[in-house]
Amino acid sequence: MPIESGNRRRTPAEPLPVRRKTSYGSAGRASRALSFSVAVRQVFGSGFGTGFWLAAGWLLLVAACALFATVLPVRDPLDPVIVNRLNAPFTTNWLGADGLGRDMLSRLVHGARVSVVISLTAVSIGMLIGGSLGILAGYFRGRFERALMAVLDVILAFPWLVLLLALVAFIGQSLMAISLAIGLLWIPAYARVARANTLSVVQREYVLAARAMGASTLRILLREVLPNVILPVLAYGLVAMGLVVIVESALAFLGLSVEAPQPTWGGMIAEGKRHLAVAPHVALVPSITMFLTVLSLNYVGDRLRSRFEVKESNL
Amino acid sequence: MHLVLRKLPWLIGTLLAVSFFTFLLVSLLPGDPAVMILGAGGVSPEAVAALRAELGLDRPLLVRYFDWLGSALTGDFGRSPMTGQSVMDAILSRLPVTIQLGVMAIIIALLLAVPLAMLSAYHAGSRLDRAISGLGFALMSIPSFMMAIFLILILAVSMNLFPATGWVPFSVSPAANLRSAALPALSLAMIELALYMRLLRTDLISTLQQDYITLARAKGVPNWQIMLRHALRPSSFSLMTVVGLQLGGVISGAIIIEEIFALPGVGRLLYQSILQRDLLMVQGIVLFIATAYVVVNFLVDLSYSLLDPRVRHAD
Repeated sequence: MPIESGNRRRTPAEPLPVRRKTSYGSAGRASRALSFSVAVRQVFGSGFGTGFWLAAGWLLLVAACALFATVLPVRDPLDPVIVNRLNAPFTTNWLGADGLGRDMLSRLVHGARVSVVISLTAVSIGMLIGGSLGILAGYFRGRFERALMAVLDVILAFPWLVLLLALVAFIGQSLMAISLAIGLLWIPAYARVARANTLSVVQREYVLAARAMGASTLRILLREVLPNVILPVLAYGLVAMGLVVIVESALAFLGLSVEAPQPTWGGMIAEGKRHLAVAPHVALVPSITMFLTVLSLNYVGDRLRSRFEVKESNL
Repeated sequence: MHLVLRKLPWLIGTLLAVSFFTFLLVSLLPGDPAVMILGAGGVSPEAVAALRAELGLDRPLLVRYFDWLGSALTGDFGRSPMTGQSVMDAILSRLPVTIQLGVMAIIIALLLAVPLAMLSAYHAGSRLDRAISGLGFALMSIPSFMMAIFLILILAVSMNLFPATGWVPFSVSPAANLRSAALPALSLAMIELALYMRLLRTDLISTLQQDYITLARAKGVPNWQIMLRHALRPSSFSLMTVVGLQLGGVISGAIIIEEIFALPGVGRLLYQSILQRDLLMVQGIVLFIATAYVVVNFLVDLSYSLLDPRVRHAD
C-alpha cells in the first residue's frame, strides 16, 4: 500500500512539507506567475522586506559574473598595463588597477568564479556526506551514532585552519582539491544538523505508521525522513556558503588556495595589503565585494533558516 | 569531584584519538622528509636511506606512532631537522605571544559584547536593538584578516595611533607591548564579539521572561540591578560554552593575524613550518594546539557545576 504523503497531520511547529503539487491550469502566463508567487509565499512566508531582496539580488549578480566571466565585456584579468599601475577607481579603470596594472573589476569578476565554484562544491560535499551520515546516525542510533559522534568530536578538536592547512598540503591546490578539503571540513557540522533534525522527525506518528505498515527501512529513510530533513539542511547551506567564502579567502590570503595566475578575492586582498599606505583601494575593493557577498549569504540564509530550524539544544 | 573522575576516560580517549589523527595526518603528507632535508637534486639513494634510518622513518607506522607518543608524553616532541631546535622549546618560546593575543581578544570581545547584549535585550525590538543586531550581523561577515586590513588602514596608516606590524615583548616595555598587541587583538576580537553578542542577547531575552524577574521588578529592584544580578548570571552559561568552543576560531584567526602583523607566535610558527614542510614541527604544534583546545573545553564543561547548582546536583 503506498503511503500518501499528503494526508499527514502536522503540528504547527513542524517544518512545512516539501513536495507540493502546484497545478498551473490552462490559464496564461499571468496566472502562472501568480500561482508561483503564491507558492513562494507558502514556502517562505511573506514580509521578507527590501533588505532580503537586495541581498538576493547581489548574490544573483555575483553568480552571473562567475558564470559569464569569460564572455562579459571586461578586460583581461592577467594583462599587466604598467602605466595604469595602482590607479584609483574611476580613472583609467572602473574599479582601479592593482600593483601590476591589472584591471581590478575584471579580476573581481574572474575571482568570483573561484569563490562560487568552491562554495557550491564544498557545501555540496559536506551536505551529501555529512547529511547522509547524520540521517543514518539519527535513525539507527546506538553504537553507530556514538562512534560517529566520537569521530566528529575528534575532528572538531582541531582548529579549522590547522586542519585545512594540513589537508591542502596533502591533496594539493587545484580548484577541486581546495573544494574537497573545505568540503571535508564541513562534514561534522552537517552531520550534526541532519542528526538533530532526524531525531525529531523519527518520533513523528507518520514514521511509526509507515513502520507499522511494513515499509522497508530504505523506504522510510528516503520517503519519510529525507524530505523532512532536507529543508532545514538546505536552509543551512547558504550560511555555510558564506563561511566557505571566508575560509577560502583566508586560505587564498595565505597564498595556499588555487594557485596564481588565477585571481581570487583573498589573493587580491593579500596583494592589496602590500600597497596599503599608497593605494588603499587595491585592498578595499575586493574586501568590500567579499564583505557584501558574505553579508548577503548570511542575511538570506538566516532568514530562510529561521523558518526551518530545529534547535539542537532542545534534544 | 566524582564528576571529574567520570569524565576523565572520555578526555583521555579523545586525546589519544586526537594524537593518532595528528600523527596520521602529518605522516601521510606527500614528500619524503629525508629528501626535503637533503635537497631534491643530486643526492644518492644511499644517503637518503641512511637519513631515513637515522630519523626512524623506515619503521612501521604504528611503531613510530607509539614511539612519538611516548616521548610526547614526557614533553619531548623531537628536534626540527631543519633548524635543529627542539620542537617543545620552539613552541614554548612563542606561546606567550599567542596566549596574550588570544586572551586580549577574548577580553575585548567580552567587554564589548556583554554591555551591548544587555542594552539590546533590555530594549528588545526597539530601534537601538535593531541597530546593535545589524552591527553584529555586519561584523560576523568580516573575517579577521579583512578586519586587520581595515584597522591598519584607519588606526595605523591614517591616524598613526598604533604600529602596523611588529612585536615588543612585555618585559622590554609594557606600554609598547600593549600598543603592538592592540591592533592584532582587536582584529581577532571583532568576529568573536558578534558571536558572543548574538548568543547572549537571545539568552537574556528568554531569561527576562522568567517569573523571578517579574518578582524582582515588583519588589522595586532597580533595573540595572535586575540586569546585572538576576539576568546576566543565568544567561551566561551558553556564552561560556561558546567562548570555549570558539577557541578553535581564535587560534585559526591567530595563524593569519600573526602572519599579517609579523608577530612571533605559535600560529606563525605553524604556518611557516607547513610552508617549509618541517613535519616534526607541524606534528608537535598541531598536537599541542588540539590538546590545549580539548583540555580547555573539558575545564569549561566542569566549571558549569561550579556555577550552576542545577548541574551540580543533577545526579
